Amino acid sequence: MSEIKHTEIHEEHAEHDTMTRKKIWNVFFVLLGITAVEFFIALYLVPKNIVPIHVANPIYIVLTLAKAFYIVAYFMHLKFEKIGLVYSILVPTLFIIGLILVLTNESHHWVDLR
Amino acid sequence: MSTTAVTSPIDEVKTTPWAGGRSPFSVEYGKMMMWFFLLSDAFTFSSLLIAYGALRFSAPAWPAADHIFQSVPLTSIEHGAPLVFVGIMTFILIMSSVTMVLGVEAGHRGARKEVAWWMVATVIGGFMFLGCQALEWSHLFHEGFGWGKMPKEIGEFFPEGTKPSAVYTQQFANLFFTITGFHGFHVFTGVIINIIILVNVLIGTYDRRGTYGMVEKVGLYWHFVDLVWVFVFTFFYLV
Repeated sequence: MSEIKHTEIHEEHAEHDTMTRKKIWNVFFVLLGITAVEFFIALYLVPKNIVPIHVANPIYIVLTLAKAFYIVAYFMHLKFEKIGLVYSILVPTLFIIGLILVLTNESHHWVDLR
Repeated sequence: MSTTAVTSPIDEVKTTPWAGGRSPFSVEYGKMMMWFFLLSDAFTFSSLLIAYGALRFSAPAWPAADHIFQSVPLTSIEHGAPLVFVGIMTFILIMSSVTMVLGVEAGHRGARKEVAWWMVATVIGGFMFLGCQALEWSHLFHEGFGWGKMPKEIGEFFPEGTKPSAVYTQQFANLFFTITGFHGFHVFTGVIINIIILVNVLIGTYDRRGTYGMVEKVGLYWHFVDLVWVFVFTFFYLV
């Protein structure tokens, strides 16, 4: 009688590794905190000329991407999905970066046309 | 004669995620399709926002958001309060995202009443956001903005040291109404779908089905609406 040998591989994300109410509120306070920092820059640091606008803009974008990460990873639960699903959602968004690069480049030429 | 167990590699039954016989992503079909729909929607929104960015980059002068959004509707504040109202709107939307995810969490425990209450809170948050947007839009309409329309006096909207331009003011107005309108339309459909889910929770559809998976799928859509607002907020009001 031959035994069937199972080759189990450990799933990288166990079932219990998910959102709890405590974690949800933690993420909420992170999002609120980041938004508060954005308002602090926009309403206080920039008008008082402590931070010039061309420094503030990249900061806004980094903070926005941080917020996007928290929403997608925790609220939309993507961090706890199988790695294959994570990649099939995240890798296609590289096309967005492509469009940003193409149109930013293009808009510099439009300046010359005006 | 006793035969000892000989296992050749061909007898091994593989149970790896991609060996077949089960869903490799271990999510429901509907949830995966919701993800792919949201991916396509992300492309739509990013196209709109990137087009806005390209037009703005190519303009020598662009109206400043904190010169245009100065008022707080429903109060007597007409000037000198930049970003206050949009701050309230952002808070409302983040808050309703939290109530949604709390509803999903309650759904995992099968707590029907809790899910229902969180869904009610989410729907209220959605209506509050839509109400705020309606107020902001009507305020801008009264100032003279609209698709193809803008106030006669535009000098006050431009930062000091830049030349006011009617063309770029008009581009700003068109892009603003198109993009926040498209986002607002998503919020509106999200609220409608949330109401349908709420009714189904109340009549016990998901208890009979044995899973609150639908709450999760609609939750994904609702969080996506919040996600888009995060970007709209940054690129229209902050940058």
